[in-house]
Order: sequence, then structure tokens, then C-alpha cells
Amino acid sequence: MGSSTSHLSKELLTEYQELTFLTKQEILLAHKRFSDLLPQESRNVEDSLRVRVSTEQILTLPELKANPFRERICRVFSTAPERDSLSFEDFLDLFSVFSDAATPEIKSHYAFRIFDFDDDGTLNKEDLKQLVNCLTGEGQDTQLSTSEMKQLIENILEESDIDRDGTINLSEFQHVISRSPDFTSSFKIVL
Amino acid sequence: MAPSTHWVYTIGNWRTLPSAMSRFPIPEHGVGWCLLCPLLSCADLVDGKRASRKPSPEAEATRDKPRSPSNRKKRTQESRREGKEGGSREIKASTPQRKNNVRRKQREVFGEEEWSKAEKPWNGKRKRDRKASHREQEEAKSKEKHIQRKKEKQLKKHSSSPSVPNSSDEESIAEEEMARIMEQVEEKKQVIATIRNKPWPMVKKLEVLREAQAFVEKFEGALGKGKGKKFYAYKMMMNKKWIKFKRDFNNFKTQCIPWEMKIKEIESHFGSSVASYFIFLRWMYGVNLVLFGLIFGLVIIPEVLMGMPYGSIPRKTIPRAEEEKAMDFSVLWDFEGYIKYSALFYGYYNNQRTIGWLKYRLPMAYFMVGVSVFGYSLMVVIRSMASNAQESTGEGNGDNFTFSFKMFTSWDYLIGNPETADNKYASITTSFKESIVDEQESNKEENIHLTRFLRVLANFLIICCLCGSGYLIYFVVKRSQEFSKMQNVSWYERNEVEIVMSLLGMFCPPLFETIAALENYHPRIGLKWQLGRIFALFLGNLYTFLLALMDDVHLKLANEEAIKNITHWTLFNYYNASMWNESVTRPPLHPADVPRGSCWETTVGIEFVRLTVSDILVTFITILLGDFLRACFVRFMNYCWCWDLEAGFPSYSEFDISGNVLGLIFNQGMIWMGSFYAPGLVGINVLRLLTSMYFQCWAVMSSNVPHERVFKASKSNNFYMGLLLLVLFLSLLPVAYTIMTLPPSFDCGPFSGKNRMYDVIQETIENDFPTFVSKIFGYIANPGLIIPAILLMALAIYYLNSVSKGLARANTQLRKKIQALREAEKTSKSIKANAAVKSLQDTFANNFKNMSQLQTTEEGNKSKSDHQNHPKKKEEGDTKNISSGRGMMLPASLCLAVTKPPGPRSGVAPPGKTQSQLQPPRSSPGRGKGNPGQ
Repeated sequence: MGSSTSHLSKELLTEYQELTFLTKQEILLAHKRFSDLLPQESRNVEDSLRVRVSTEQILTLPELKANPFRERICRVFSTAPERDSLSFEDFLDLFSVFSDAATPEIKSHYAFRIFDFDDDGTLNKEDLKQLVNCLTGEGQDTQLSTSEMKQLIENILEESDIDRDGTINLSEFQHVISRSPDFTSSFKIVL
Repeated sequence: MAPSTHWVYTIGNWRTLPSAMSRFPIPEHGVGWCLLCPLLSCADLVDGKRASRKPSPEAEATRDKPRSPSNRKKRTQESRREGKEGGSREIKASTPQRKNNVRRKQREVFGEEEWSKAEKPWNGKRKRDRKASHREQEEAKSKEKHIQRKKEKQLKKHSSSPSVPNSSDEESIAEEEMARIMEQVEEKKQVIATIRNKPWPMVKKLEVLREAQAFVEKFEGALGKGKGKKFYAYKMMMNKKWIKFKRDFNNFKTQCIPWEMKIKEIESHFGSSVASYFIFLRWMYGVNLVLFGLIFGLVIIPEVLMGMPYGSIPRKTIPRAEEEKAMDFSVLWDFEGYIKYSALFYGYYNNQRTIGWLKYRLPMAYFMVGVSVFGYSLMVVIRSMASNAQESTGEGNGDNFTFSFKMFTSWDYLIGNPETADNKYASITTSFKESIVDEQESNKEENIHLTRFLRVLANFLIICCLCGSGYLIYFVVKRSQEFSKMQNVSWYERNEVEIVMSLLGMFCPPLFETIAALENYHPRIGLKWQLGRIFALFLGNLYTFLLALMDDVHLKLANEEAIKNITHWTLFNYYNASMWNESVTRPPLHPADVPRGSCWETTVGIEFVRLTVSDILVTFITILLGDFLRACFVRFMNYCWCWDLEAGFPSYSEFDISGNVLGLIFNQGMIWMGSFYAPGLVGINVLRLLTSMYFQCWAVMSSNVPHERVFKASKSNNFYMGLLLLVLFLSLLPVAYTIMTLPPSFDCGPFSGKNRMYDVIQETIENDFPTFVSKIFGYIANPGLIIPAILLMALAIYYLNSVSKGLARANTQLRKKIQALREAEKTSKSIKANAAVKSLQDTFANNFKNMSQLQTTEEGNKSKSDHQNHPKKKEEGDTKNISSGRGMMLPASLCLAVTKPPGPRSGVAPPGKTQSQLQPPRSSPGRGKGNPGQ
């Protein structure tokens, strides 16, 4: 079983390397990790490329377990119609975007989609509120009060909403992110 | 029924419209007359450039491009982007279930649309598409067949549609088409190369990639007939191989980076800031490895292989008095005995000009290596600083995004440990609260006098501490010199200096932190102060130590003359006596019996080695006791303790990033200072860093929790590097001073017998180079030449500095200009949009109540969402084009929308035109996406 799980075909590997920012080892590792999430009987190569893994199972990965955006990340990268499961290719996409080598542009693009909680293409006040709640954790003691939240969101819009339409769109977002010295080093998940 | 729900939705939406629009003043003129115009002129007005564009067949071809993908893509709708493209362009595909999907898809698309602006192929296509979409049909009809085919080829080249080119095309490859195909192939290759930058799902990317590859493969072979063909194919093959090799090599390279996995593991548990320390450590290890190679390869190994063997001359022999104890561990531990008389220290080297059959000029090599150690270090530090600075160019103007940065970039996605995540939540919350409070009270200052007083007091206390520690070290070093003269001293007395320095290094930083609590600084500023103070402490200690050492050296130098005489006389008497007594030649005096000087260089070297070793031990013991034992205690005693140890008082220790980095930096400073007099020191340091890597990795993973006050990784990197550069410079000073001003010992080291160490260069130039070189050297060394050179450099620096300042100013001005332009554009556009909607309402409200309301709001919604999504891209021209195009187009489409329902009105425009323009409002991607689902 061990040998059969970890052997993707050469052509496929080459294509994946072409299409992602991952190296060969990383792709193989990702495949191994993905296969581990599959039930025993579908751990061969063909199945692992076909079968989808539900979000709940993906979230058991230690790399995602502590991430407040884990559901959003899975949702954004999922290609399933219900957005609730990831195929291996989605999985690779995810780790490609979060890899070291990915460009800041693609990272910020996906960051925007992750932060866009209602999937409407802009970050409005509701999105920002949810974002703050994610960042401050579930605990009561760390939650911000309503007035603080209001103040915070106002400040953020003040800074980033260049066209003053009350929401932050992708290009405004990328404009801000491109100025950040820390973004690319922290928007990273390593298998 | 789908249509009815659709209407309800739009009407509902229309009510919300005015609130969004009311922000902008709505001028009544400018659009109204457009409505009254006949459709034709209106359309012409809308597309001012149309006339100029139309005649060019190329432009038409490109304009026509988007059609084909939409048709093809109708079939494959799994991928979102395709779905969107199809949905936005399709004319008839408004079946109920499609409509339901459309809205959701369109939402996603908004983001993508702007994204695609940044990408050339999509960008161009979209832009043209928007303007030309309403003309598509008409154009499509009027095209002849062969033109159609040509276009199709071009379509394929640009579009990423998953179709394989027709075989009929490749048969009719004419000479002129070859170039075009070549171009296409190149473009496909471009697509292949950049495909990973596209934010598409993998299915889509795979499809595009395969299609592009198939295309390239198919046409690559067909290109170039006869002679050229083989060569071309060969070239392509080599190219492919080369790419594959490059990829493999990259894979190999990443595999070769040491400790990558270890560091990544730490990174995923503790976040990037802790990992930054380990990356720094690894970098340091690399630098030290190079230094080690330099020193061992060029100095120590030649000496060991080719130099005179141990015991041949006095400097390579242990003196008679030390002989019996020379192998004791206690002696060796102090780096005396056999270790002192080994190639690890300066004193062992002979002053022979050349050694061995290679005629290796060892003294010269020794000097040059000493210089190049500093040269290499400087180069490496400055280079990495420069590359760091280049990476973070945006840092300078990021000040006005404090909140946004906190919001969007503060989460460290590498965190995989729930505890760390909790810490991070807490720290993010505090930072939010802090910045809110900062913002609210930025101009409010409470009791400034008290704060000032406290700050002055704190600084005073800290300066007292610094002075005290400096004096303590001076005192201890002085005392140790007395101890060294005495015979039997205890272990403590021998190691007093090192112990005191280590203790100071251990206890002063917490003391400073306590005092700093008085100052009530913002934590970030407080941390900087703290780092600066610890730096000052370490530096002060180091320099006091050096000064005391220098005193010692001067003392030894003063005695040297006397010892030199004694040595001289001993040897003289010995040989003279032997000459006198018998004619039998006495065996030469055993080297161990020759009286010799104290060799201050070796003493200095030994001091540094001891300091380094004790520093290593203290570090390791601190980790073992302070971190590991504490963690064990907390972990296991927690079961039987009165309070919660893990959450309460002792808890687990944090990984002290700044302290560790500073320790590393100062250690490196000592290595730099000591390596000239103790070449073996770098070897010790390499070992230290190696063990430190493993040991600290283990300690962090087993017994630490991350620091609460996090130093962001990328920002701090250059800060560390700056400190390192400072330390490098400061450690260069004493070494340069001793080399330039102190005479070397007369009986040890590679420069013995010379007046100054650097004389070795002069000697080499005079003896080994032709005379003109020495002449040139003499001219160059002339102060008359050096001073102008320095002046020139200073002027050059001044000039470059002012140039860069000017550029920066121009940069900011340009940015401001762009911003202003953008805003102006935005306002004017939205004004137009508003005006259109408003006047429409006024004019047609009575006549076509239901229909007009429905359509207007639809359009209004679309314009609104357009406006929201309108990207602020760098290419101003593009933005202008689009916005002017769209801003003007809106009224036109509105005319159409309202004129359509009542039949009679259509007579205003020529039928052909109407036909072409009636369709698009719902289908063109620019406006069509607001098509509401339910």
C-alpha cells in the first residue's frame, strides 16, 4: 500500500509543478497528506485524484486547525458545487497559494476572497466585522465592544477605502497589502 | 415563474439605489439631450473613437475575439470563470436555473474581474469587449469566410479556450502565416510560463495548460521547413530539457538547504518571528562556515602540513616549567598547555617568509586572511541588508495603513498550535485596542511632567547600571591580572571575568525591563529602548573588557624588551660556553628551555576563546535550567500543586527572540575580534552554531511558548542586520588598532621580528613583485592621493544621496497626482451615472412606468456595481478609456432599454443599428453582470 499511495505519474507531477508554486517534494508530500485523509480503501492514486475530502476532514490537519479562517479557506479553494469538499487539485491549489514561492499578487487575491465572507466581491462593513471577530478569537475577554468595533472599522475604511464607497474592493485591498512588509511572510502555510 | 421574481427583485433593489447615489450631486444637463437624440447619433457619441477604429481590420479582429470563447465555453461550465464569461456574454441563455446560478457566480466574478485587469490577455479582451460587444453580431455577419478563419486563428492565440486548432488550418500554412504561428507559439509558451500566477482552480489551469502545450507541440514541428526544421526542433528539444533540468536543479537546491524542515516545523508552531531567529542562526552558520574555510584552508592546514613540526623551535614548544601539567584537563580547559602551543593560536606560527616546497608565504597569507575575514563579513552583511531593503521598499510609505495592516496582515497563517493561536488572538486584540486608544488620545497627554520625570529617572538608573557593570568588569579584569601572577589560584579566581560577564548579561536585561516599566512607553518603542540598552550593556562590557585587556597588553609590551635581552643573553651564553669548553659541538639548546616573552597576541586570543566558550556554556545551561527544567517542573508538578502552574506564576518560558538574536550578534562580534589572534576560534564557533541549532530547536519545541510581544519577522531582519553591521564595525576597530599601532611580539607569531604587522605587505611587494609595482604602491599610499580619493568618495555619496532624495520626492508627487486624478475621475463618472438614472426617471416615469423602472434600476444597479468594482489600476490611460467609455455608454444603453418596449418608438433609428444595439445591454459583460437571479 505504501508504494502505491505516493506515486503520482511523472507527467502529472510535471504538470502540477508547472501549475503550482510547489516543488516536486512538496507535491508528493501534499499527496501523501491528502491520501492520509482518505478512507483506507480509496488510498490508491486513481482514487485519490478523484475523491473529494470533506471540509471537516481537511480542518483536522494541524496546519489549519488553529487558523480562524479555516472554513473560509476551504470554501474559497473548493471547486465542489456546494463548496464543502476539496479534491486533491484544490488541495494543491491551496498549498500553492500559501507556499513560499507564490507571488504577492496571487496571495493577496486569495486573501481578499478569504476575507470576503459573503462572496460579493467587496469587503463591506459586515465582512470587516466578521474579520475582526475572527482575528480576536471566540473568547469573551478578547472580543471588542460594539463601539470599539465601529471605531475600528471606520478607521480601516478611512485608510483603505480610496474611492469612498463604503467598501473595500480588490484593487484597494491589493493596494494596501502591497505596502505591507509582513504580508507575504505571514500569509503562508507549510505542510 | 422566473421572470416575475426577477422583476420583484429589481424593483426592490431600485429603492436602495437613491441612497447609494445621493452622495453625488446630480447635474441635470449633459445626459438629457442624449436621450432625445436619435439612436444612431447617440451611439456614435457613446463610442467616440469608433469611427477611427472601424476601418482597421486588425482592430475588428481583436474586437471580435471574445465571441468565440463564449460560444465554445457554453459547453464547459464547471469552471467558474468560464461560467461567468459565458453568462455575461451569452445572449439567449437565460433559462431559469441559469439565472439562479448567475448571481452567485457573478458575485465571485467581481473579484476576478478586477484581478484580470492586471493580466494582459484578459485585460485587453475585456476592455474591448465592453465597448464592442454590442456590435459583435453585426460584424460577425459581415465577415467573409477566409477572414473568419484568420480571425479564428488569432482567437485561439489569445483566448484560453480549450479547443484544439482545426487541422484545416495547419495545412494551409503559408509563408506569411509562419511568422504569425511562431508568434502564437511564443504566446502559448508565455501562457505556460505564467499560468501558475492565475487565480484559477486547478481544473481550469490544467485544461489551459494542456491545450497550450498541445498547440505548441503541434505547431512547433510544423514550423520551419527543410533545413530550419530540424534545427528548430532540436532547439525546442534542448529548450525543454533545459527547463526540466532547471526545475530539477531547483528542487535539488531546496532539498539542500539545511534544516529547512526543522525551521518550517518551528515556523508552523510558533509563527514566523521565532523562525526568523533560526533563519538568522542558519545564515550566521553559513557565514561562519565560509570564514572557517578561509582560515582553515589558507592558514591552519598549510601550517600543519608544511610548517615546522611541533617541538622544533621555542614558539612551538611548551616551556619547561609548564611541561608536566600541560596535559592536565584543568590546564587544557583554560586553553593553556598543549592547546596554547598549537596552530589554534597566533603564537604558534613561525615568521619564515615561505614554508614547504610550495614556497607558501604563510605570514602574508595570515595577514591577508585576517583582512579578508572582515572584508567578506562586511560584504555579506551589507549585501543581505541591501537585498532585505529592496524586498521591503513599500515599507517607507506604509505608515498611513496602520489599521489596515493590523486587520489584513496580522494573522500569521503559519500558526498551527492552538495555544499560540490563543496568544495571537490576545495580542491582536490588544493591538487593536491599543491603536484605537492611540487614535483617540493621540493629542491628549496626561501629566506630562510626571512622565518626563519618570523617564529621566529611569534613564538615570539605567546609566548607573551600565556604569556599574562597566566598572565591575574593569575591576574584575584588573584583579584577574593579579591572579594570573599568583601561583595557585582557585577555579573561581581564574574564571572570574567570564563568570561576572555572563552573570551581568543574564541579570541586567530583566533589571532594565523592570526599570523601563517606569517610563510608560508604548510597548513597541519600549522594546526598541530595551534592545538599545541591552546592546549598550553588552557593548560597554565588551569594550571595558577590551580596555582592560589592552592595559594588560601594554604591560606585557613594556616587559618585552627586558625578556628579549634575557633570551638573547641566554642563547649567547649557551653557545659561547659550548664553543669555549670543547670543540665538540654541543647539541643546541632544547627549545623548551629557551626563555621567552609573554606573547600578548596569544594571550588576547586565549581570552577571546575563553569568553566564547563560557558564553556557549552559559547559554546552554540557561536553556537547560531556565527552559527545560522549568517546563518539566511546570508540566509534572502541576498535578500536585496548589495553583495552576501552567497558567499561573511560573508557567512556561517564552522564546526570547530579541535576547537570543543579540546574544548571537555579540558572540559573532567576539569571533571577529578574536579570529585574528586565535585562528581556531572560528572552528569553535562553527561547532557552537551547529550544536546551538539542534539544541535550541529541540528546546523550543519541547519547552517554550512563543513570545507575546512579537517582533515581526521581515521588519526586524534589517534591524538585526544593522546591529550586526554595527558590531562588525566595532569589532573591527580594536583589531585594526592593534595591527596598526602595536609592535608584534619578538618571539612568536608570523610577524615576529617586524616593527609592525602590516610590514609584511611591504616586504612582499618589495621582494616578490617587480620594482614598478612597489613604485606604484608607493604612489598610491601617498597621502596626497588618498585624501583626494576620500574626498571624491564623500562627494559621490553626497551626490547620490541628493539624487535619491530628489527621486523620492518625485515619486511621492507622482503618487499624489495619480491619486488626485483617480478621485476626480471617479467623481465625474459617478455623477454621470447618477445623472443618467435621474433624468431617465424624470422623463420616462410617466410613460412606461413598469418597464422603465425595471430597466433603469437594473442599469442603475449595474452602474453602481461597476462603480464599486472599478479598479484603480496603475495604467491611468486604461482607466480613463474604460471609464469614459462606460460613463458615456450608460445613457445609450438606457435609451435602448426604454425605447425597446413600446414598439412604435423604434422608428427613430435605422433597423440594423437597433438590432445590433438592442441586444447587448443584458449580455455585455460590463453591464450585464447585475442580472439578478431571483
